[in-house]
Amino acid sequence: MSFKDKTDTVSAAGEKLTPELDLALREFRLSVHAWSEAANSRPRTAIAAGRRKQVWRLAAGWALSGVLVAGGVSAGVWEHHRQEIRQEIRIASAHVAEHERLAANERNPQIRQEDEDLLAKVDSDVSRGVPSAMEPLAQMMAGDVTQ
Amino acid sequence: MTMATAQEIAAEEFSAVVTKHRPQIFRFLLSSTRDIDLAETLTQECFLKAHRNWGSFRGESSAMTWLMRIAINLQKDHWRNRRLQFWRKTQTNAVELDEASDWLPSGERSVEQQMMARERVAQVGKAVEGLSERQRTVFLLRYVEEQELSEIARATGLNEGTVKAHLSRALARVRAELGGKR
Repeated sequence: MSFKDKTDTVSAAGEKLTPELDLALREFRLSVHAWSEAANSRPRTAIAAGRRKQVWRLAAGWALSGVLVAGGVSAGVWEHHRQEIRQEIRIASAHVAEHERLAANERNPQIRQEDEDLLAKVDSDVSRGVPSAMEPLAQMMAGDVTQ
Repeated sequence: MTMATAQEIAAEEFSAVVTKHRPQIFRFLLSSTRDIDLAETLTQECFLKAHRNWGSFRGESSAMTWLMRIAINLQKDHWRNRRLQFWRKTQTNAVELDEASDWLPSGERSVEQQMMARERVAQVGKAVEGLSERQRTVFLLRYVEEQELSEIARATGLNEGTVKAHLSRALARVRAELGGKR
């Protein structure tokens, strides 16, 4: 199909093509066709491979940085967890030590004796401290028991 | 017929469609974008979309019209995304502007005639550059792809009257460009 054949159709659309315009349009069409053919037949394998390689490099880079970030985060979390465990062990050890210290004190006989002496002294002080107004009654009660 | 056989037949049909229509789709996208790499990318996208939807193509229009419609939508999306950055960029690059005119076949003409022809092609290219996206599409389909008005209407989704109106404005611009240079 040539442009000459199309002229009538274009006229039907309300356009009259002058020979000069017709020539310019035909040359434009030929140049675009030639350009397109040349572009279409140029070797493209190398470019495509290069691009694919770039895409792979980009993907590998992202994957590697993802692994590094994930590794860094998990190492931080692990270290934090370890510190918490250490703290708990330290507190538990302190509790155990305190408990043991108290138990050891209880087991020491000298300390126990001193406590008993102190209690006996307190008891005797209390018994000696009975008010004098009650003493005759106390003696009578003692006499009743002996009779 | 088994499912596998039907798929094989569909793949063969599609392969034949690609072989037949790829050059024309590429040419339209190249003349629209004036960027070889971009035209190749959009051509690949066009056939990828067509392949995905090949099963739903009912053959109501010709395969070429259907493919051209996909290509037009792709380049429309591209312009929308780029906001005509490409055209702004190429306006500053005289070498890019005359790309098509570099490929004018010399034929039997003298050097002077060739130079004049180049000049005319460059003028038409410049006029096309100044057209709106729709005018440019219609102009290229008509004067580069040599499609009938009815085909252009189907491919662009416009009615024939609108196609004629766009074509008329586009031609007026080309005519003015060619007239202004003389």
